[in-house]
Amino acid sequence: MIVSALAGPLASGTTALTAAGGAADPVVARSQMGFSLGWHIVVACLGVGMPALVLFAEWRGQRTGDPSWQLLARRWARVMGVLFAVGAVSGTILSFEMGVLWSGLMDNYGAVIGLPFAIEGFAFFIEAIFLGIYLYGWDRLPPRAHLLAGVPIVIAGIASAFFVVSANAWMNAPRGYTVRHGRVVGVDPWAAIFNPATGPETTHMILSAFMVTGFAVASVYAVAMLRGRRDRYHRLGLLLPLTFAAAITPVQIVVGDWAARFIGADQPVKLAAAEGLARTTGHAPIEIGGIFAGGRLHGALTIPDGLSLLLRLNPAARVTGLNSVPPADRPVVPIVHLAFDTMVGIGFALLALGAWLAWSWWRRRDVPRSRWFLRAVAVSGVAAVTAMEAGWIVTEVGRQPWIVYHVLRVADAVNPAPGLAAGALPVIAVYAALTVATVYVLRRMARGAPVPAAPQEADVRQHSVI
Amino acid sequence: MGTGLEVAVLAVMWTAVTAYALLGGADFGAGIWDLLAGGRDRGAPRRALIEHSVGPVWEANHVWLIFVLVLLWTAFPAGFAAISSTLYIPLTLIALGMIARGSAFAFRKAIDQPWARRLFGAAFAFSSLVTPWFLGAAGGAVAAGRVPPGLARGDVLTSWLNPVSAVTGSFAVAACAFLAACYLTLDARRSGDDGLTAWFGRRAVASGLVVGACSAAGLAVLHGGAPLLYGRLTGRALPLVLTAVAGGLASLLLARLAARPDGGRRAARPDRGRPAGRAGGTRLAAVALRLTGAGAVAAALWAWGAAQYPYLLLPGLTVHAGAAPAAALTATLTCAAVGGALVIPALAWLLVLFQRSPGSARD
Repeated sequence: MIVSALAGPLASGTTALTAAGGAADPVVARSQMGFSLGWHIVVACLGVGMPALVLFAEWRGQRTGDPSWQLLARRWARVMGVLFAVGAVSGTILSFEMGVLWSGLMDNYGAVIGLPFAIEGFAFFIEAIFLGIYLYGWDRLPPRAHLLAGVPIVIAGIASAFFVVSANAWMNAPRGYTVRHGRVVGVDPWAAIFNPATGPETTHMILSAFMVTGFAVASVYAVAMLRGRRDRYHRLGLLLPLTFAAAITPVQIVVGDWAARFIGADQPVKLAAAEGLARTTGHAPIEIGGIFAGGRLHGALTIPDGLSLLLRLNPAARVTGLNSVPPADRPVVPIVHLAFDTMVGIGFALLALGAWLAWSWWRRRDVPRSRWFLRAVAVSGVAAVTAMEAGWIVTEVGRQPWIVYHVLRVADAVNPAPGLAAGALPVIAVYAALTVATVYVLRRMARGAPVPAAPQEADVRQHSVI
Repeated sequence: MGTGLEVAVLAVMWTAVTAYALLGGADFGAGIWDLLAGGRDRGAPRRALIEHSVGPVWEANHVWLIFVLVLLWTAFPAGFAAISSTLYIPLTLIALGMIARGSAFAFRKAIDQPWARRLFGAAFAFSSLVTPWFLGAAGGAVAAGRVPPGLARGDVLTSWLNPVSAVTGSFAVAACAFLAACYLTLDARRSGDDGLTAWFGRRAVASGLVVGACSAAGLAVLHGGAPLLYGRLTGRALPLVLTAVAGGLASLLLARLAARPDGGRRAARPDRGRPAGRAGGTRLAAVALRLTGAGAVAAALWAWGAAQYPYLLLPGLTVHAGAAPAAALTATLTCAAVGGALVIPALAWLLVLFQRSPGSARD
């Protein structure tokens, strides 16, 4: 792979590269960044959410001596170890891409958004260190110390998510710097971290990480139960993550409303694109679905006055439409609108799934008997990931053509080096291989082989609980 | 010279570079020895020792690199933008190599089919060999002054495909292998396996000689390709260069001592007719080998840093001119102090915990 990637540019030389790739191509750079970020974010969500599940299972296992909890803790810990490694390396390429693709952004604003990444670096250090201790120390530490060694992983994971997303929030609501003659001359890094968008955006993302983890892990056990494995181990493996995610879902919908109101005030064009609102108007409706073409939405399900009510609690309130900015400053509306509806739609579907579980538990202290419930849980993991990705599409595509809102355009931020577009090909090839390998390994790990007593040490005795 | 803040951040950053070279570099080197460990049966105990030594620590060691990148763009954004835009090809290949290495290592551990283990093992070992070359070549491009300030102002190919980068890339590969061999000799000694210890000890000597050859070649190409840096290396940085040479020579001697058989761990030595204290001696030599090996590589890195200072990018951008506004530097130093106070004790616990043999705390 590396050899062939090298042989191309070496044989053709710089001039051919320029002709083939074109200089300063923001579309390819955006695609590469979106692709690698969109890949990493799935693993990162599991990296934030899984430690809490593993620790809960280990804690129950220690307290009750229940072998099902012990087995769950060990198997989840093994999966967490693999996912953390994949997340660590797929996150590293993003650090490189910040400069390789967006050197125009980093050249001037690197100092402004550097601090959250530096703090995130330390949080990641804590995660990596304690994950090593936790996974490999399973047979070296007393049980209580081992459990405690897992706590920093949970805290640092949430902190990492907060600080990284705060840097993205800064791109939506840039604060904390002064510019003279086009160069940043003064920085207030704390004002940059705690910009107005940080509150809604980080909360929304951290909750979605827990939802993705909960529904994804539960869906694995739902598939197993559909295949007839209804023992205590599988029931607990379904119940714990599903309850966890279902409890978060209603909170997430309230936080999503907060985020939408914030965007309505701070980035009205992004919200107008999300809602497909062509013109600034009072009595703005909510329009669900439909196709945005020729400057307006066709065939959408309309709730009259809905958007005015939702944003301002007043049916006559004026809401800013796309026509408030020139066409060149508008995002690609069909993508943003579809992504927004997908996210919201899945959010409410997952809410209904959680309500089904709550109802059944309240009436019978048991999960619903219907196979349709298990089928719904089985697809909930993919659904939660889809909703999370759709949310990022709303945030990122909705901000276009700006990389830093109203400050720096994407086209001015991209690395002007020749041949940059060609660099996207090996990246996509490696990610394709990584995807295949990750799915293959996770599927193998989901099989019923005995689990080593210490999750990462192949040389200790096998621990077969069931 | 401004406020001195930028020098403080630079010192923190170069310390992190050193930590990455000594810890992360050794993990690359371990992958190189995995590649060269021999056939499936003969190589098995060597690969097992490598996996055992690298497994718990590589992710934490890897974070040093992320920390270096983040410090560079926070404190010296102009330098980061210039380096990453001109050197985007090697940097992308480094990132891809790291993906292949880290994920393949984790996958190999998680899976039991022989063909898949061998495939992931090959990806791990091959990327361990290739990635440090690009890291060294990118460093050589900066050292040789082929990365001018500004966005993509340097040639995207010849900036890192030139004699200096070729030698610095090879130096990086050899230094990684050398560090790993030095560290693994002690791990092998602790495991009590004489054959394994001798195998890694011999490799420490061989790779140490290659590092020496690369260093000599490096000075020769710098003489022609980067006269300013050459003059400084043989001038004010000479004490550090000599320290590196002394550390390297001491390592060669210690590797030979450490590789001698001691008749098995804690064996009853006197009644087997071996001189008393021989085991302790070889073990002590292996400990000292770790220190001299790491010291030699660290001294070489600091010699480069001392020779290049005060230039961030030779010869167009000084550390002072390329530094971020003071508030960003202060925040970075505060963050490094608080973060270091949290991370360093934890890191020490991790590294010490897995130097001990598995305990009996848990049945």
